[in-house]
Amino acid sequence: MNTDHHVILRVIAKMLIPVITMFAFYVQFHGDFGPGGGFQAGVIIAVAVILYALVFGVSAAMRAVPPVFTRSLAAVGVMIYAGVGFWALLQGGHYLEYQALFHEGPGEHHGQHIGIMVIEIGVLCGVAGAMLTIFYAFAGRVAEIRDEDW
Amino acid sequence: MIDAIMNAAPAWALTHAAPLLVMVPLFLAPVLALVPNGRIAWLISIAATGISFLFALVLLGLVQTSPIGVVSYEVGRWPVPLGIELRVDALNAMILLIVTTIGLLASVFSWPTVTAEVRKEKRALFYSAFLVCFAGLNGVALTGDAFNLFVFLEISSISTYVLVALGAGRDRRALPAAFNYLIMGTIGASFYIIGIGFLYAATGTLNMHDIATRLPELAGHRSVQAGFAFILVGLGLKAAMWPLHQWLPNAYSYSPSFVTMFLSATATKVALYALIRFLFTIFRPDYGFEISAFSSILMPLGIAAMVVCSFQAVFQTDVRRILAYSSVAQVGYMILGVSIGTTEGLSAGLFHLINHAMMKGALFMAVAGVVLTYQGTTIRDFAGLGRSAPWTMTAFAIAALSLIGVPLTAGFQSKLQLGFALFDQGLWWAVGFVVFSSFLAVIYMGRVLEAVFFQPPVNPRKARKEAPILLLVPLWILALANLYFGIAADFPLGLARDAAAAAFGVEAFR
Repeated sequence: MNTDHHVILRVIAKMLIPVITMFAFYVQFHGDFGPGGGFQAGVIIAVAVILYALVFGVSAAMRAVPPVFTRSLAAVGVMIYAGVGFWALLQGGHYLEYQALFHEGPGEHHGQHIGIMVIEIGVLCGVAGAMLTIFYAFAGRVAEIRDEDW
Repeated sequence: MIDAIMNAAPAWALTHAAPLLVMVPLFLAPVLALVPNGRIAWLISIAATGISFLFALVLLGLVQTSPIGVVSYEVGRWPVPLGIELRVDALNAMILLIVTTIGLLASVFSWPTVTAEVRKEKRALFYSAFLVCFAGLNGVALTGDAFNLFVFLEISSISTYVLVALGAGRDRRALPAAFNYLIMGTIGASFYIIGIGFLYAATGTLNMHDIATRLPELAGHRSVQAGFAFILVGLGLKAAMWPLHQWLPNAYSYSPSFVTMFLSATATKVALYALIRFLFTIFRPDYGFEISAFSSILMPLGIAAMVVCSFQAVFQTDVRRILAYSSVAQVGYMILGVSIGTTEGLSAGLFHLINHAMMKGALFMAVAGVVLTYQGTTIRDFAGLGRSAPWTMTAFAIAALSLIGVPLTAGFQSKLQLGFALFDQGLWWAVGFVVFSSFLAVIYMGRVLEAVFFQPPVNPRKARKEAPILLLVPLWILALANLYFGIAADFPLGLARDAAAAAFGVEAFR
């Protein structure tokens, strides 16, 4: 019974984590029309995992979201961002020229829309991965607080 | 050679050379973070730096053949004062050539030292950080946007802190050195960005060329002058301008040998480039506050660096610390050249910048070879190495003579140009300081060379142990370059003269 004395924390956290993640995606995709975007969304996703780590322990969080995954996520994020630039180059435009992504004329905006969306997804991956990698690097160093010490 | 590459290069490489030079290493850096094997990471980093080197040659060729001497690239095709511009003239092209050449040689020679000094699971990440640093330095040299320059400066700096800290495997003192560097470097970057803020407030633009055209009517403006002061201090910190160099000796002595070699030949040079860009292209050297900054700040500080840091180098016992203090002294020569405020002075400073990259690169590479085979960097450890590792130490001696400024070496040529530029302005007393500082260089390098060639080995069991061939080849390329450009200095001197002319806004004449 010893482990159940912050049951309220655990239950509330379990309820909140999916909501936080959902909110992160709302911020991500609403970034087109209002405040928000990849950076904020990435931080919020990282916060969801960090909350999990705070309540259930860092080792549990590392099992759910392994450090190798977070590190790779950060790297993939940068590659997505830079990749959009190379995609524009391959389509014959300048580096990061969204208009060239689908060979569009001046009046059309699909390239602008898709381009910035993919870039923001890259930012999301990069920021979430980097935040979690930093968190793991700090949190993984100290001995974890045992339940009795609370 | 440049002509051949220009002819062989496809059309896309000619148009997109500027962004590709930065983005190829910056794209491959995260790829390396995913690669599990250090050896593959090493090969990829050679490929990335090699590609950047080719693009740097292409850019140099484009600048030299361009009628206005400028290659401009609009990122994302946003028109220029609004979007980010990559703007290459003879000055950047020269810096890019130095950074990419050193980067290529450094990554070729790195494998033996990295296997000896970096833990196995960290090697791929090490190369990833190196490529980020390399891309950041190139980005600083490429961009025509003052804020973008800050971003690239931070990209290169943050990865540099990581690289320095990885020396902890060999010496735990790398950690405080890296932390110290982090604090100082961040202060420098903050000062720079505050200065940019002031300039933005006064001019309303971040494009360097645009700032330069708007500044003349605002030169008396207080916020412009405050911005100038902040930028001077911020970039001076990054360039290790005396007395803001305190981070440098520790960072160079305790980081992995490969990192020391790469940073000593590139990082301070790129910061100095940014400073020159601001001093000459954005602010004009004929503004009143800049004339007084030249004569009462930069010139005394440059001379103080030459004398004080050479003295400090004389009393060091660790060869890497000797070379680190000598680096600050050499930055002093460049600052002195810049502070004359004439085309000749600037071209002498830039010429010394090129030569210093060659000689410090060779010296630190030779030291890396010694660290690899004998695990020691004090002068005592170097005793008798002339007999047990003749090839490594001969190259070391050539670069050391070049550092002193012996005739027939590259170092002599640039000190000669510096002397001419100083005499031109009647600053004969400054020539005296240059000679005196070179005399101190004779002492501190002489102590090392004496131990290497004339003392018996401390440990007689030291067998004949040469550095590996991967290390010797780039080392000798740099050492022979020191000799070659000491005799036929036309190529680097031409680069430096074009660069100085470009910095003053005059068309590169050739």
